[in-house]
Amino acid sequence: MADAVASVHGLTKRFSGQEKAALDKISMDIEPGKMTGLVGPDGAGKTTLIRILAGLIDPDAGEATVFGRAATATDRSMIGYMPQRFGLYEDLSVIENLRLYADLRGLPPADRQASFDRLLDFTDLKRFTDRLAGKLSGGMKQKLGLACAMVRAPKLLLLDEPSVGVDPLSRRELWQMVKDLAGDGIGVLWSTAYLDEAEKCDTVTLLSEGKGLYAGPPQALTDKICNRVLRLAVPSEGRRVILQRALDDPAIIDGTVQGDALRLMLKANTAPPTPQSLGLKSGSLFETVQPRFEDAFIDLLGGGPSGTSQLAEHYRKIAATDAPAIVADGLSRRFGDFTAADLVSFSVPRGQIFGLLGPNGAGKSTTFKMLCGLLTPSEGRGSVAGFDLHSAKADARQSLGYMAQKFSLYGDLSVRQNLNFFAGAYGLKNGDAREAIERSIEIFHLHRYLKENASTMPLGFKQRLALACAVLHQPPVLFLDEPTSGVDPIVRREFWTHINGLVEKGVTVLVTTHFMDEAEYCDRATLIYRARQIATGTPDELKALAGKADAKMEDAFIALIKASNLQREAA
Amino acid sequence: MSDKFNPRRFGAMLVKESLQIVRDPSTLLIAFVLPMLLLFMFGYGVNFDTPRSRIGLSLQDNSEAAKSLAGSFQSSRWFDVVETGAVSQLSSEMVAGRIRGIIVIPHGFGRQVAWGSGDIQVLTDGSMPNTASFIGAYAEGLRATWAGARAGDRGTTRPPPIRTAARFWFNPELKSRYFLVPGSIAAVMTIVGTLLTSLVIAREWERGTLEAIMATPVGMIELIATKVVPYFLLALVSMTLCSVLAITVFGVPFRGSPLALLVISSTFLFPALGQGLWISAATKNQFVASQVALVSGLLPTLLLSGFIFEINSMPKPIQAITYLVPSRYLIPQMQTVFIAGDDWSLFLPNMVMLIGFGFLFFFLAVRATKRRIA
Repeated sequence: MADAVASVHGLTKRFSGQEKAALDKISMDIEPGKMTGLVGPDGAGKTTLIRILAGLIDPDAGEATVFGRAATATDRSMIGYMPQRFGLYEDLSVIENLRLYADLRGLPPADRQASFDRLLDFTDLKRFTDRLAGKLSGGMKQKLGLACAMVRAPKLLLLDEPSVGVDPLSRRELWQMVKDLAGDGIGVLWSTAYLDEAEKCDTVTLLSEGKGLYAGPPQALTDKICNRVLRLAVPSEGRRVILQRALDDPAIIDGTVQGDALRLMLKANTAPPTPQSLGLKSGSLFETVQPRFEDAFIDLLGGGPSGTSQLAEHYRKIAATDAPAIVADGLSRRFGDFTAADLVSFSVPRGQIFGLLGPNGAGKSTTFKMLCGLLTPSEGRGSVAGFDLHSAKADARQSLGYMAQKFSLYGDLSVRQNLNFFAGAYGLKNGDAREAIERSIEIFHLHRYLKENASTMPLGFKQRLALACAVLHQPPVLFLDEPTSGVDPIVRREFWTHINGLVEKGVTVLVTTHFMDEAEYCDRATLIYRARQIATGTPDELKALAGKADAKMEDAFIALIKASNLQREAA
Repeated sequence: MSDKFNPRRFGAMLVKESLQIVRDPSTLLIAFVLPMLLLFMFGYGVNFDTPRSRIGLSLQDNSEAAKSLAGSFQSSRWFDVVETGAVSQLSSEMVAGRIRGIIVIPHGFGRQVAWGSGDIQVLTDGSMPNTASFIGAYAEGLRATWAGARAGDRGTTRPPPIRTAARFWFNPELKSRYFLVPGSIAAVMTIVGTLLTSLVIAREWERGTLEAIMATPVGMIELIATKVVPYFLLALVSMTLCSVLAITVFGVPFRGSPLALLVISSTFLFPALGQGLWISAATKNQFVASQVALVSGLLPTLLLSGFIFEINSMPKPIQAITYLVPSRYLIPQMQTVFIAGDDWSLFLPNMVMLIGFGFLFFFLAVRATKRRIA
């Protein structure tokens, strides 16, 4: 084993006032020339570990060593650190930010021009050197953050979720950039909540709730489940019902919808159920596919939830109609000179899932807020459950359940108080309210947190509570803004089980996500990029646009973004 | 550890801070617009000089003496007699707040004067104590003057046994503006030194930039120094601007030397900046920092420094507290340097106190600024 540039051993950190340790006896090495992945959902302890390596937090126990010395007393000029918010001064231009970090890291003046030229070329920021960092797009900020961290070639590069929320093209470019740099013998620690990025790392440490679940090459982990992941083609009608049956089968521990197919994971040493038992024709075949890191993670956590959603079981049946449940007709929204959403149009029939996909800042949330009646469109019309947003805003709002991006409940109220408040806000009468609240507590396992302030719960429970509050009044239409952002894959599965179940009851769901693979769960999805819809269709149609077989949704998006960028440049 | 002072890093941070000051409109707002506002408010808005008081006059005697005294009130520059009539009628005017006092010249006043005495009654509105005592005192003064003049007219040789010859030094016209404007410059320096400084570091914590900076070799001393130097200069610019305005626009005399003003201001900025640094290091949050800076910095400067309210007339326990307010040691210096002149025997002990506070605050600030998160 090559000499590690940094390593941690038995690292433990507990923050005051918190029951669980943020890091619990973690050990790992970061070797030169390699990409080391630090993977896990939000709250797993990734940031804490990186900050300890950057010498910004003192561990309670164990040691963190960088270049052979304690992390807090090492040569900081050889560490490149990019915090989650990039650490850029927004009032300073691109070149001023670079100069600042060059001086702080002690880059010799003679090397300065060469280093700047190389990094600006690399990040394609040469055209924008005089632009203020605050005026850059998310992807460009991230590249500048990386350039600042690398301005004096470091020996250790610490990147805290460098790719979160940016478009997949920028994400891929960034990865390639860092990968090339690692080739120069730099030890890179790349933290991420995107599990697909873990597959590409040389070695991975998987964290969950402060504990190390796995450390080693990602391949070794996925190899353990190599014959257990299966693909099953299903008719698009009723695929959610078949998934539910499959997940309720004891032989299957995880499953997701993938366009017109299901992806299922078998329990170890178990034969797959017969297609007939899932309600399929006898000709249907299971096909073994390449396992992904996410499958392995779920396997480590002991498998996903069962297929039946208790929430859906108790939900009222939404009556069938021919009228579309959600209509957006040329919706635009401008803020001054800036167009946040440009002529967005789609229509969602009752009982379907429609996805709005795109990077942060693309216009997903703006479109969302217009349809919720929270933002008045500059142009265009929309309706929800048959109520026009313009003339019947209050009725439209009453017929939808809204789960906002990030946690937007009352953090200083207890869980029960939040539920009571939302029951009241949606106008539930006493008896109904009590019943709805008790049922939510049961379904979402909120008992142990009832008296605690909502802000102190783990992220997964916050998201559960947010969903519980959004569906208390059993609305026919559900709007979910990034519902699964940052949660672990088990909670993600649980959410989709609920959503699938509700859709079978006739609920119409509009969901935004920056996880491209979640588009697979949708009946139809639209890709939004720089305020415009660049493609709309079923998941399989969208993937076909990538122009290659077996493409992932991300490939499709990248192909479309490239085409759109070319078009824009030509215009 | 490369915590040793490095001029290159320091220079880079200084450039960064200066660019931020120039480019951030909110910084300039706090450093220049807010001080102007304060200066004009104290220069024009707040005024302790007595205006003409609106009073009622109840003349119940028709002797020549009574009419003469009533005439004196009516022509006085201190009073504005808006109403005459019966006391009952006037008292309802006073209840309504249209007049602030009633002068009653009672029946038989002329006869009493003839005997060598003469009582009048002064009723004032005690709900406004300042005005009430002014009216009482001025009415008495006016009566005495009237009596003296009358005696003189008659040729009666009975001059008052003692005459007071009052001279108000330094501020002969007793214009409150003369001491309020120099005092408000102290408030301005508190705003820039404490409030603004506390905001800028808290802002770096909030935006996550400090996290990135702390992971570089930059030393904590360099970090603190780059926050001190630009805001020290900014505060001096602000102070100079206000002083020039004070002298030109508000006509406040400047009898000391510019050098003394500079030295005084600089010694005050030492604790002011230290307090700002300490607050931001301890709170790490712009909102909390601004509240703490207002309550612990600006409010004591306004209320407990002797700027508006005289410390000697405060209750003893409050007076004791004022010794903990750094601006208490600045106000007398500012007022002296403007309206009296350079008096180093007054300046020096105050400066020693300010420097002492400066060391205390800087010690606390350095202790609270750690290269650690959480």
